[in-house]
Amino acid sequence: MVQNIKQPILRVNSIRKQVNTGEIQLTILQNINLVVNAGEAVAIVGASGSGKSTLLGLLAGLDIPTEGKVYLDGVDIFSLDEDDRAVLRGKVLGFVFQSFQLLPALTAIENVMLPLELLGIRNAEATSKQLLMRVGLEKRLKHYPKQLSGGEQQRVAIARAFATDPKLLLADEPTGNLDSVTGTQIIELMFELNREHGTTLVLVTHDEAISKRCSRQIRLASGQIVQAPEQAFLERAQGAAN
Amino acid sequence: MLSRDWRAGELHVLTLALVIAVGGMTTVGFFSDRVQLALSQESNQLLGADLLIISDHPLSAHYVDEATRVGLKISSVTKFHSMISNGDDNMLADIKAVTAGYPLRGKLHLAINMAQILSPEKTQVADSIPERGVVWVDEKLMIRLGLKQGDMVDIGATQLTVAALIMREPDYSVGFMAVHPRVLINAADLPATGLIQQGSRIKYHLMLAGEVDAIEKYREWVLPQLLHGQQLEGIRDARPEIKSALERAEKFLSLAALASVVLAAAAIALAVRRFTQRHLDGCAVMRSMGARQSTLLSLYLYYFIAMGIMASILGCLFGFGAQEFLTYWLSGLVEAGLPWPSWLPAIHGMLVGMVLLLGFALPPLLNLRSVPALRVLRRDIGLPNAQSLSAYALGTIVLSLLFLWKANDVRLGFYIISGFIAAVMIFGLFGFFLVKLLSGMRHQTGGAWRYGLASIQRRSISSLVQTIALGLGIMALLVLSLIRDDLVREWQGSLPPDVPNQFLVNIQADQLLLLEDFFNQYNIEQPPVFPMVRGRLIQINDKVISAETFSNPHAEQLVRREFNMSWANDLPHDNKIVAGEWWENEDTDKAVISIEEGVAKTLGIRLGDQLHYDVAGSTLTATVTSMRKVDWDTFQVNFFVVTPPRLLENYPVSYITSFHMQPSQNHIMHELVRTFPNFLVIDVAIVIEQVQAMIAQVSKAIEFVFLFTLLAGFAVLYAAIVSTQDERIYEAAIFRTLGAKKKQLTRAWAAEFAILGGLAGIFAAAGASILGFVIGHYALNLDYTFNPWIWLTGFLTGVIGVTIAGLIGTRSTLSTPPLLTLRKVS
Ligand SMILES: Nc1ncnc2c1ncn2[C@@H]1O[C@H](COP(=O)(O)OP(=O)(O)O)[C@@H](O)[C@H]1O
Ligand SMILES: [Mg+2]
Repeated sequence: MVQNIKQPILRVNSIRKQVNTGEIQLTILQNINLVVNAGEAVAIVGASGSGKSTLLGLLAGLDIPTEGKVYLDGVDIFSLDEDDRAVLRGKVLGFVFQSFQLLPALTAIENVMLPLELLGIRNAEATSKQLLMRVGLEKRLKHYPKQLSGGEQQRVAIARAFATDPKLLLADEPTGNLDSVTGTQIIELMFELNREHGTTLVLVTHDEAISKRCSRQIRLASGQIVQAPEQAFLERAQGAAN
Repeated sequence: MLSRDWRAGELHVLTLALVIAVGGMTTVGFFSDRVQLALSQESNQLLGADLLIISDHPLSAHYVDEATRVGLKISSVTKFHSMISNGDDNMLADIKAVTAGYPLRGKLHLAINMAQILSPEKTQVADSIPERGVVWVDEKLMIRLGLKQGDMVDIGATQLTVAALIMREPDYSVGFMAVHPRVLINAADLPATGLIQQGSRIKYHLMLAGEVDAIEKYREWVLPQLLHGQQLEGIRDARPEIKSALERAEKFLSLAALASVVLAAAAIALAVRRFTQRHLDGCAVMRSMGARQSTLLSLYLYYFIAMGIMASILGCLFGFGAQEFLTYWLSGLVEAGLPWPSWLPAIHGMLVGMVLLLGFALPPLLNLRSVPALRVLRRDIGLPNAQSLSAYALGTIVLSLLFLWKANDVRLGFYIISGFIAAVMIFGLFGFFLVKLLSGMRHQTGGAWRYGLASIQRRSISSLVQTIALGLGIMALLVLSLIRDDLVREWQGSLPPDVPNQFLVNIQADQLLLLEDFFNQYNIEQPPVFPMVRGRLIQINDKVISAETFSNPHAEQLVRREFNMSWANDLPHDNKIVAGEWWENEDTDKAVISIEEGVAKTLGIRLGDQLHYDVAGSTLTATVTSMRKVDWDTFQVNFFVVTPPRLLENYPVSYITSFHMQPSQNHIMHELVRTFPNFLVIDVAIVIEQVQAMIAQVSKAIEFVFLFTLLAGFAVLYAAIVSTQDERIYEAAIFRTLGAKKKQLTRAWAAEFAILGGLAGIFAAAGASILGFVIGHYALNLDYTFNPWIWLTGFLTGVIGVTIAGLIGTRSTLSTPPLLTLRKVS
């Protein structure tokens, strides 16, 4: 048997997601199979409404699939309970959202410290300060999200995402709420940090230029993965080998 | 739009707050209405009727006609003294000749088998009045005349057969000092006695009973009709201790209702606040699309009025249901069965609901229409804070008016309003600084406390409003429970189980030692014995007086009767000097007098007046040097007029005493009557029993009504917690995304709730200490006891109550998958 040296950081097995919207059952995702290896940078692309955010949420265990499994760092996350899933997420994952999702009650540095404190890490403050300096916000440590521009907020969010030194970074259209210049800066920053921390990246975007910078593209359409046949073949082969 | 928002959960809180508010109000309203009716009916049993007309002359027929016309039941009682004889034995007795229907309220208990009188179980309730030719006698007469069933007794010119023994009369208490044995005959036998003649002292009673409204109508009609020598008596006129108990109970119940209104107002204010905040975006969008302010306003107005009506009706139904349950629960206590409540509380409830809703909802809504359209672009633009705070001004005014209306007591209403307004302002001021101070501390703390403090600071206005609302809520509850405790304690204290229930009058000086021996023989504690001299007031200063001098029937009665005067060196312990000074020992030669303030007021006697009494044929003159307040509720021996010992020494004196006797010691009383045949024994055991039973009921009712105020308190709590629910759900989603365990999130929230609750609790304790004192002291005339535990109680209630409720309220928040929440927000 051929042993794969690289343990996949993420493996998705025939995910299906259905929601009940009143009378009708809506299938948002179906038949999703996916493997992401450590160190990869994967772009998920697709039209608006194709199910990208839903998929990303499922990868992070922020929602529960109707069917199928997700292995995160080798752990079947949906066999865990909510709390254990949250803890795993805190250890392994970083998350960057389109709309930043900073806690309005907390200052920039407190926002970055939050995931560290949740893990019970001691020098949360020093680490956070360093990270905020790294993203160029050393002067804004005590500022509240309200007092920051969109780009600055997203920098804080990125600093927060990297604070725990995650193995996998999930980003959902991180530039979606930003102008193109700021967006480009943010993307640059993200790729830089990604390299520095050796993080695996799964990035949702509908910007072709950004997706091209990733090692692999996965295209979603109407809740299903559509891709080049040779890539499908490779993946199947790989899946079978595992 | 209404139904859409309903589905979105928008109106739940507001509706719930309103339903609880109106429900609580109407429950209290319905209930106190009914209980007050029941209690007054219950106490009317002591009168035998709801209303009594007492006259020196036969009453004219139109009194009866009018009573029949307004649908009242009537019965007439003719009362007089006469000798009753059984062979050679005879005795003066109080004779009551009654017509069918007597007694209209309460029950007459008889022992049909007179041989078994010593077992009270063998009594039965009379289902009619004595038949013609028959007489019912009381125990005293039976013993004195040695009567047996079937004996014939002479009353005036006629002979009647002894048929039954009266064990308990409902109207026992009327004419408290009527000390003669009592006899009941049929009014139809009256002419045959030949005792009704010109000049004989006869009292004609007309008993009336019926619906409260009819009684009130009749009372109003008859008052101006009353002639000289006629007086009207309700139970409140007859028994002061019941009167004061009922009045306090009524005040407390309306206080409880008012407290639930305040709580409701707080809940509504919180809910509306949340509502407007949720609708800021919608309004901004509509404004940016060109909606006019008036369009927005009318949209929300319809919406609120519709909801207000719905919720108020629901609240009324809820109130009615709760009250039915309460009635069922209390029905074992109230013998008569509770009368049907009036519809008034429902109407009041609806009105209060609408007024509260509009008072607290309209101003924020008016503000809502002025949301800047710019908010579409910059979400953080909301309403200016000052504007949203000033919005509560109208609500406060509306609430104040409601108070003055519902309090039924301008002073009480005024105290409460100013108390609450002052509390709000002081809480607000302190709260503002405390919140600032606490937020400064958050960098020194870690973990959960940091997030708790951060949240409080971030929501500083919300936090402040929450703290004030919760503080008010806890304060209302603390005040009520303080007062309730004092009230119940005072009632129970005034009638302890061993309160004297037997009075001995006409004890002669040479019998005092014998009486002491008698008590020793039966191991009864020696009761205090008071000297008593009887005298009639004949002159005040230079003015010679008689019954005709006074137009007030009460004063008339006082002058016609002899005063019981006593002497004492020291002020009796349950008396209080309210004017002038009590004599020191060296004054004891002087001709001075201390008079009870109520009598003084009735007779227009002032400090320094010279009073002239006719005491056994000679005139006693003395100057009023002090006035006393006497607590008549306590059934202790007390005197209207007290002098220093020397002044009365040489007048004919007898002694009076009072003591407690168990029903099982009945045989001792028989022995006492046999040993001292000249004693007048007044047995008030039944009256006391009835008063005690009533107080027990009132206490229980008060406990229950308090429970409802508590429920309203929970509404505030709920509204306060739900008011920040949206933010919390969002917070939870982010925390969970970042890897927070439920426990960690729960801790952060618990910290926030504990801080809020603790602040609110401290505020509440401070406010309650002051308000409780003011209300207790000035409105309810209670000896208010300051309770230092209130601080701890308030603080702990705040911390524990708010934390627990907060965590329960936010539990569902934790189980929502984070993605769903984040999707909604972005
Ligand atoms: N909880 C839900 N209820 C109903 N529809 C949903 C829910 N979540 C997602 N959808 C729908 O599923 C589809 C995919 O949504 P999403 O994953 O956000 O797409 P994308 O991120 O690619 O734009 C959309 O049509 C969206 O309206
Ligand atoms: Mg999306």
